[in-house]
Amino acid sequence: MLLADNQWEHFAHEADMGVRGFGMTMEEAFIQAARALTAVITDPEKVAANEAVSISCEAPDAELLFVDWLNAVIYEMAIRNMLFSQFETTIVDLSLNGQAWGEKVDISRHHPAVEIKGATYTALRIVQQENGIWMAQCVVDV
Amino acid sequence: MEIALLRRESEFEWHIPQTESMKVPGIIYATKELVSEMDTKVVEQMTNVAMLPGIQKASFAMPDAHWGYGFPIGGVAAFDPEEEGVVSAGGVGFDVSCGVRTLLTGVTAAEIESVKEPLADALYETIPAGVGSTGRLHLNAEEMDAMLTGGAKWAVDQGYGLLEDLERIEEQGQMREAKPGEVSEQAKKRQRDEVGTLGSGNHYLEVQRVDRIYEAEVAAAFGLSEGNAVLSIHCGSRGLGHQIGTDFLKRMVIAAPSYGITLPDRELACAPIRSDLGQSYLGAMRAAINCALANREVITHLAREAFARILPNADLKLIYDVSHNTCKVEEHALNGEKRSLFVHRKGATRAFGPGHPELPAPLAQIGQPVLIGGTMGTASYILVGTVTGEARSFSSSCHGAGRRMSRHQATKLWKGRAVIDDLAGKGILIRSPSSRGVAEEAPGAYKDVSVVVDAAEKAGLSKKVARVTPMICIKG
Repeated sequence: MLLADNQWEHFAHEADMGVRGFGMTMEEAFIQAARALTAVITDPEKVAANEAVSISCEAPDAELLFVDWLNAVIYEMAIRNMLFSQFETTIVDLSLNGQAWGEKVDISRHHPAVEIKGATYTALRIVQQENGIWMAQCVVDV
Repeated sequence: MEIALLRRESEFEWHIPQTESMKVPGIIYATKELVSEMDTKVVEQMTNVAMLPGIQKASFAMPDAHWGYGFPIGGVAAFDPEEEGVVSAGGVGFDVSCGVRTLLTGVTAAEIESVKEPLADALYETIPAGVGSTGRLHLNAEEMDAMLTGGAKWAVDQGYGLLEDLERIEEQGQMREAKPGEVSEQAKKRQRDEVGTLGSGNHYLEVQRVDRIYEAEVAAAFGLSEGNAVLSIHCGSRGLGHQIGTDFLKRMVIAAPSYGITLPDRELACAPIRSDLGQSYLGAMRAAINCALANREVITHLAREAFARILPNADLKLIYDVSHNTCKVEEHALNGEKRSLFVHRKGATRAFGPGHPELPAPLAQIGQPVLIGGTMGTASYILVGTVTGEARSFSSSCHGAGRRMSRHQATKLWKGRAVIDDLAGKGILIRSPSSRGVAEEAPGAYKDVSVVVDAAEKAGLSKKVARVTPMICIKG
């Protein structure tokens, strides 16, 4: 079964934003959720994948690992003043090694809407659905 | 929300009856209309908070309460360390010590009107706002630790701010027992370029007209009179505070079972106040409070510079600076004895009444100013703390209007450009680098703040002193 390229979405949360990624594997769901994260700020299609940043994290369970992953991306965005559009992750035994590709924030091109403070444990879920597709989601504080 | 879930104790007081798993009841202060509009999740979250160890008296919600992270936004809960009480990173949140300060300007709204465009431009050019903006100060490791220990006092010592500002800030501008050593390197890295920046989202700097006075004597004591202009600043501890929230939420979630704590919700991540982790968090959180206080003090300095260029006769004097997301140690009376409690206010404002020893001399007999932000299109309010608030809610009140729809929905209903033009037509100048950000903050996306403030007054939590309306709004 083929998935379209953009397998992410946002979902409503009162003051903030929910991010949700789908994929054939849990890693792919994590990647798509990271694109949803970028989309909270700007259109991921407008972010060139010029520069690579390594990311690694580990946690006692998959849900905490997912939040750690998003928080690591948020951290790299914050300290490098970058946005990311392409990602890669490998997860082995709740240990994640990955990369994020992006470019420096360009206000005139990206029109960043809002800054993300952090990924939360609210609405946090990782599940492999009946059709075999993985879904990963949580709310991010903006 | 299904009103039948609650027991109405009085016109403005609603109880969540205490069930077996709760240690205290839940108490919501609001009108029937406000309660009906609240998400049922508020009751669920208040109930979860009521289950935490060492909680005293009740799990409270203010009139503007809505669904939050673990704690409802507008949630108040106090814990006693002598009863295995906990401190919760979730109960403080990601924007530690986000708050509002309001300053008198020494000029009238009419004078502002005559220079509104150049003043808006000067403020917009001087105060960094929005994603990717950087502050004027770039701190090295030693300076960072000094800032995290010194707060607004540090800023004044560096030449950013005035000595007389300090007594008008909670903790006299410096949160004691801050421990920069408990703040991660990542948190410090995130803050390196962000000192003196406004941030984005619902953060703003607003020039406002005092358009109505409700309590003449208190207003006079605050320096407010109708037709004058004031300046309000709403922002928090920036990247450092956010990272501290992230870091400690994870540590507390993982450690909770080792303390025998079962978390009804992971966002309620907490640790016993007397544990090493609890003390570590308190040290870091207090450092983050200092970061927020320093930040607002630096921004005030920048605002003074901008005003001086356009209105040389302006004289910006701080009325007060309040914080919304904190855990503070306070003395409160419980069952006839004074107890030292750790009071969490998540999207709620401290509101000490007249006579409270923490108040500076000029306000000692008046009460603490309580600054409530509305929307950029409507109004904000200045209130004063009451004596009755102490028994009702550990001297706490609401903090703002609260959203009535998600950001997503708001961008479907409004476009930033149209909101800006519409407000300009009403004489309100908006300056923001983000059109979508403006849409998300459209006035229609928020509840009516006047309804919230009226409810807070009727519930005895704080009293209306003045209403202010926006003239210029800088947002990130």
